[in-house]
Amino acid sequence: MAKTILIVDDSASMRQLVTFALRDAGYDVVAAVDGKDALGKLSGTKVDMVVTDLNMPNMDGITLIKQLRCGAGNKFTPVIMLTTESQEAKKQEGRLAGASGWLVKPFTPEKLIEVIKKFVK
Amino acid sequence: MRDMSSADKHKETYREEAYELLADLEVALLELEKSPDNGELIGRAFRDLHTIKGSGAMFGFEGIAAFTHEVETVFDLVRDGRMPVTKDLIDLTLSARDHIRNLLDLPETDHNAAGGEILTPLRKLVPRDAEETGTGDSASGHAGDNMTYRIQFRPGPDIFKKGINPSLLLNELRTLGPCRALAYTDSIPKLNSIDPETCYTYWDIMLTTDKGINAVKDVFIFVEEDCKLIIEEICDAGKFGEKFADKKVGEILIERGFVTQGDLASVLGQQRRIGEMLIETNMVSPRKVEAALAEQQHIREIRQKEQQNDHQADTPSSIRVASGKLDSLVNLVGEMVTVQARLSRLSAFKNDPVLLSVAEEVERLTGELRDQTMSIRMLPIGTTFSKFKRLVRDLSKELGKEIELTTEGAETELDKTVIEKLNDPMVHLIRNCIDHAIEPPDIRSAVGKPAQGMVHLSARHSGAYVLIEIIDDGAGLDADAIRAKAIEKGLITPDDELTEKEIYSLILAPGFSTAKTVTNVSGRGVGMDVVKRAIDNLRGSIGISSQKGIGTTITLKLPLTLAIIEGLLVNIGKEYFVLPLAVVEECVELARQDAANAHGRHLANVRGQIVPYIRLREQFIIQGEGPEIEQIVIAGVEGHRVGFVVDSVVGEHQTVIKTLGRIYKDIDGISGATILGDGTVALILDIQRLTEIAEHEEMKAQAGSKKLQSLKEGDN
Repeated sequence: MAKTILIVDDSASMRQLVTFALRDAGYDVVAAVDGKDALGKLSGTKVDMVVTDLNMPNMDGITLIKQLRCGAGNKFTPVIMLTTESQEAKKQEGRLAGASGWLVKPFTPEKLIEVIKKFVK
Repeated sequence: MRDMSSADKHKETYREEAYELLADLEVALLELEKSPDNGELIGRAFRDLHTIKGSGAMFGFEGIAAFTHEVETVFDLVRDGRMPVTKDLIDLTLSARDHIRNLLDLPETDHNAAGGEILTPLRKLVPRDAEETGTGDSASGHAGDNMTYRIQFRPGPDIFKKGINPSLLLNELRTLGPCRALAYTDSIPKLNSIDPETCYTYWDIMLTTDKGINAVKDVFIFVEEDCKLIIEEICDAGKFGEKFADKKVGEILIERGFVTQGDLASVLGQQRRIGEMLIETNMVSPRKVEAALAEQQHIREIRQKEQQNDHQADTPSSIRVASGKLDSLVNLVGEMVTVQARLSRLSAFKNDPVLLSVAEEVERLTGELRDQTMSIRMLPIGTTFSKFKRLVRDLSKELGKEIELTTEGAETELDKTVIEKLNDPMVHLIRNCIDHAIEPPDIRSAVGKPAQGMVHLSARHSGAYVLIEIIDDGAGLDADAIRAKAIEKGLITPDDELTEKEIYSLILAPGFSTAKTVTNVSGRGVGMDVVKRAIDNLRGSIGISSQKGIGTTITLKLPLTLAIIEGLLVNIGKEYFVLPLAVVEECVELARQDAANAHGRHLANVRGQIVPYIRLREQFIIQGEGPEIEQIVIAGVEGHRVGFVVDSVVGEHQTVIKTLGRIYKDIDGISGATILGDGTVALILDIQRLTEIAEHEEMKAQAGSKKLQSLKEGDN
C-alpha cells in the first residue's frame, strides 16, 4: 500500500511541487495550507510522514510538530521541516519540538525523496 | 503515470514562467550591452538565470538546469565584479538564452542537450584567476578508496518520539557497503518496567565503504545531536595489512577501551580462548566480546574480497592491437566454428561417447571464443558522433544557418567495420539535414520556430540491431513535391497510389533530388541513393518519417556485426540457403492446391491477410519439383510482409559470414555465403534485393502498375 505523506505549506506553488514530486515517487499525498488545516485534516488519523514548512499563518510548523508529538495518532510519525539556510535558530527549535529532520530550501525533488526515504520504509 | 496530466501541467507552468524570464533576460542583456556597468541589470540577468535553473531542477528539466547553471556561474563572477561585461559575453549569453528556449520546446527526453558550442567559449571568457573558485568540485573529499569504519551508535532514549526508526538508519548504512551491525540489548530493563516509547538498544557497526566518512555521517545527520555517535576509521585505504587481519580479540577490546593491557596480560597466562577468559573474569560482557569478534570477522571478509579484487586489478585495463590482427582473428574463429560444426556432426554420426564429449567441449569453447572475439571488435559509436559536431558547426556557418547538433547514446557499441562504413552515409544524411531540411534563421523565425535549428543524433540497441536516428526540426519532406518529381523522373506513374512512407522512400532512388537549387554541399541527387547502397551493404535498412514543417526523422537499422548472422536455414532441393533471422516473421505452409487456386498469382492467404510470395525455386532456377507442401518464410521487407517459398525449413543457424569471391560478389540477391557443418556451402539471401528484383520483374511483365501494388498491398 502506498505510504501517505502530509505536506503542509502556505505557498501554493511549493505545495504543488512537493505533491507532484511525492506522487511521482509513488506516495499518496495530503496537502494542508497551514498547521491548523493540517491538524484538521489529520484529526487523529495516522500518516506515514509529515513534511511541513515553518513559517505559516494561523499555526506555524513548530507548533504543529509540538501538537503532533502530544497527540496519539502521529506521536511517532517522522516530521521533516522545510527551512531556509538562515533559519538555524528555528531549526534548533524544531528539533526540540520533535522534528525528525529538515530540508533546506531550495531543494530538488530527488533530494526530497532521498530524505523521505530515510524515514519511510 | 496516473499523474501525467498534472506533471504536464506543472511543466507547462514552468515553461510559461521560463518564457517570461527568458524574455526578461533578453531585455536585460540588450540593455546591459548599452550600459555594461549597470549592476542592477547584471543582478537582474543573474536572478533570471537563477530562477530558471532552480525551478528547472525542481520541475524535472535537468538538462536546462545543468546548462543554465553554467551560464549562471559565469554571471555570478560578473556580479562579483570578477569578470567584465563584454560584447562576447552578451553574444554568448544571448545564444545561451536561445538555447534554453529551444530546450524548453523540446520533449524532455532530449534535454541532455549539452549546448557545448555555447558553454565552451563562455568558459573561455572566464578569467583564469576567477575560474579557480568557480569550478571547485564539491564532492565529498574522501570518497574513493575503501575505508572501514567502526561506528558506535547509541540513540537517545526519545528517538522514537522524534519519528525516527533506528533500523532504517542501519538499513541505510547497509547501502553504503559491507556492513555488520551488532545490537546491545543489555540496557533493556525487565519487561514490567519497559517503557515501549523509549529506545534501549544500541549498536556497534562495522562498515566498509568507498563513499567516504561524510557519507557515513550523512546517514546520521538528523540524529547526531541526540545520540552518542562515534565514527572511527579503523584502517586506511582499505588495505588491511597482516597486522590488521591477525588483530587479536584482546587487542580490539583494548583499542575500544573495554579492557586494559594489564587486564589482558593477567588472563593471558591461561591457554584458552581469550574472549572466553575475559568473560569469565567479568572484565567485559559477553556481548562486547561478541562485538569484537564481529569486527574481526568483518575485517577478514573485507580482506578476502580485496585480495580477489587485487588479483583482478593486476591485469592491464586495455591494450592497443592493430585492427588487421583482429580481422584475421575473426576469420580464424569463423573457420574454427565451421570445423567445430563438422566435428559435432561427425561425432553425432559416429556415436562414440568419448568423441561426443570432446565434441561438446569444443562446441562450448568455440561458442565462447566466438562471442569474445566479436565483443573485442565492438566500439562505441560516440567517436563518430563527435566528428559530426565539427561538420555541423562548419557547414551551418558556411550556409548562414544556426544549427545545433545534439547526440544521445554515444556509448552504444557497434562492430568496428560497421562504424567505419557508416561514416560516409551519416555525413551525407547530416549534410542533407543542414542544407535542405533546416531553414535559414529568418524563415524559421517567420514560421515561429526557434531561429536555431536542431539536429539530433541518437543510437540505441534493438535486439541484434542498432538503431541510429537522425532527427531534424527543419521543413520536413514535401510529399507532393517528391511525388511530382518521381513522376517526372519516371520512377512512378501518375496513377500510382503510394503511402506517405513509400513516397518518402522514393528519395532514396538514384538521381532523385527535389532541391530547387544545387549547392556545393548537397542537392545533386547523388546523395540518398549512395546512402541507401551503403546501408544496404551493411545489411541495414533506412526508414524515413517526416512531418511537413515539423521535421524529419531518418532511422538507420544496422546489424551489430557484419561477421556473424543469425539465420534461418532452409533448403530447396539439395541447395541450402540462409535467411537473416532478424527479418523473418513467421513460417507457414503452402500446399500445392492452394497455390494453384491463386490462379498463377503469387499470393498466399495468411490468416485472412494477403501476402505476396517469391518462389525461390523459380528465382534461382533450381531443377525439379517442390514437395507437396512447401514452406513460406514470411519476412518483413521495408514495412511489408513478403513470403519466400522454400522446400523445407531446417532451423535456426548462427553462422559466420564468408564474403563471396570477386567473381560472385555482384550477384544480385545473394549477400554472402556460409559453410555448414558437413562442408556444404549455403548462400545467404539478400531479402531486400530479392524483393526488389521480383518487383522489377513484375513491373516489366505488366506494363501497368497494378502488379507492383499486388506485392505491396499485401500489407494493407
